Amino acid sequence: MIRDVEVLVIGGGPAGLCAAEAAASAGAHVLLCERDGVPGGQLVKQTHKFFGSERQYAGERGIFIGKKLIDAVTRRENVEILTDATVLGMYEDGVVTVLKDDKHLKLRPKKTIIATGAAEKFLTFPNNDLPGIYGAGAVQTLMNVAGVKPAERVVMVGAGNIGLIVSYQLLQAGVRVVSVVEAAPRIGGFLVHAAKLRRAGVPIRTGWTVKEAYGNGKLEGVVLCELDEKWQQVPGTELDVPCDTLCLAVGLTPLSELCWQAGCHMEFIRELSGHVPVTDENLMTSVEGLYAAGDVSGIEEASSAMVEGRLAGYAAAASLGYDAERSRAEADAARAELRELRSGPLGGKIRAGLEKVAEKRRNAVC
Amino acid sequence: MLIRDGIPTAEDLASVLPSPERLAKGPIAIAECFQSIACNPCTKACPQHAITMEPDINALPKIDPDKCVGCRLCVAKCPGLAIFVVDMTHGENTALVTLPYEFLPVPEKGQAVAGLSRSGEKLGEFRVFGVASGGKANLTWMVTLEVPKELAMEVRNIRVEV
Ligand SMILES: Cc1cc2nc3c(=O)[nH]c(=O)nc-3n(C[C@H](O)[C@H](O)[C@H](O)COP(=O)(O)OP(=O)(O)OC[C@H]3O[C@@H](n4cnc5c(N)ncnc54)[C@H](O)[C@@H]3O)c2cc1C
Ligand code: SF4
Ligand code: SF4
Repeated sequence: MIRDVEVLVIGGGPAGLCAAEAAASAGAHVLLCERDGVPGGQLVKQTHKFFGSERQYAGERGIFIGKKLIDAVTRRENVEILTDATVLGMYEDGVVTVLKDDKHLKLRPKKTIIATGAAEKFLTFPNNDLPGIYGAGAVQTLMNVAGVKPAERVVMVGAGNIGLIVSYQLLQAGVRVVSVVEAAPRIGGFLVHAAKLRRAGVPIRTGWTVKEAYGNGKLEGVVLCELDEKWQQVPGTELDVPCDTLCLAVGLTPLSELCWQAGCHMEFIRELSGHVPVTDENLMTSVEGLYAAGDVSGIEEASSAMVEGRLAGYAAAASLGYDAERSRAEADAARAELRELRSGPLGGKIRAGLEKVAEKRRNAVC
Repeated sequence: MLIRDGIPTAEDLASVLPSPERLAKGPIAIAECFQSIACNPCTKACPQHAITMEPDINALPKIDPDKCVGCRLCVAKCPGLAIFVVDMTHGENTALVTLPYEFLPVPEKGQAVAGLSRSGEKLGEFRVFGVASGGKANLTWMVTLEVPKELAMEVRNIRVEV
């Protein structure tokens, strides 16, 4: 049996939750599918305080922001949340299949908002398959969701926000962080995060990388080495660092498989960290009625993911005729908020990426 | 250099340190926030409206030395843990430094703890003058340390040695 759905939201992270809330507040009926046991996405493990402005809950801890977003949608009668529900397929005839409790559900949504977030990137170096080498996200989940002390001595690779934040949280859990290593000549994450890690005694080595890992059956240490301006390893700079865990925080890439399946016009945009669907000003992809919001349409921040979710939610509701005037006004407000968030120097990369997306779209339309 | 190793330079600091005249008048907040990021909770935290940001959320925070009364409310609010309050008028040879702290155990008033520099080096053992909670949802502690005056602009973290 195929179930008819008005607005289907795929993914219950900040983007998906805000999309559901927006569409439902306009009056639409929403079904949200989340593959995890609990909604919240990345927010369920972000124990640090967030940046941004009041509208994006700045100064509050990610875990509490997630709780607020979940509370808001669960209070709405016209939102149904399915957890442990993985969306598997999007078919040409508009049917979407979901795996829930070992059962295969079939849905036919009028509008779909894809908010599946991102996947972690990996790094190649000798012995990178030794037990003890993890993505930073996995370590953060073990620590902040499962409450397990994941390691004793850690080397962190990557000084972007994820590397810096997870290092800090490891310290809070009583783990020794021996070093943060970053191949680029500069720290990519917020310098306030770097400064608080540094004053807790963690050295941050920019212009360094992992040459190799070693260990008998499990990780026992890594050899670090310096990089020159051409990113080549400098012989003679090798540094042997004993550790039981190596954490990789070398970036995220959009989890956009469902967009491919649905036949969306996709483009590789370096500034957005991978293949992303080409979207319009309402975040609608090239497939009518299919929207993409949050990290899936370009790796950014929870703050912008929430606003993008809101934008897609209101746009979908407006196109269904729900509270159309207010929905359009709210979508306009969300666009203005996104412009403000992205207006600073650190937003430059995102702005450049989005400009490329817009250009691809113009070319495709012509 | 801050962008390379996370340690602000003397030049960075010179751009935010209050004047000696202002320091001689009483406690004041110092925002060691040197990078333009989309962030503004500090401006909303201050009841005196002493922290402003122009033209928008991406600008660096500016603390008005005439408006700031050193109440410390902004210290726990800042998500970057970048705001400190320094009181140079505390004692003849000692100053108070209030810093944000998010580790366990939380030190107690009167306890001696290690005072750390911006690069995490131990500068000595100092007495905790006071501890205040940022609240149940905020969860950042504000620890006030009594330090020799000459270290008031150096001590920026603590370690509780158990
Ligand atoms: C360590 C770390 C620190 C961060 N700190 C900050 C910060 O301080 N401030 C900030 O603004 N941002 C921060 N971020 C970034 C922020 O968390 C992300 O940008 C944000 O979560 C993206 O939201 P999203 O909803 O797009 O994706 P996600 O939060 O990743 O949510 C996607 C959801 O979709 C679900 N899903 C995926 N595929 C399927 C499927 N096929 N079927 C069903 N469900 C599916 C996933 O299980 C997940 O719950 C941080 C990220 C990390 C990792
Ligand atoms: S210490 Fe008090 S008065 Fe001074 S800036 Fe902070 S909140 Fe405002
Ligand atoms: S709240 Fe903190 S990190 Fe954010 S702008 Fe203000 S001082 Fe900087």
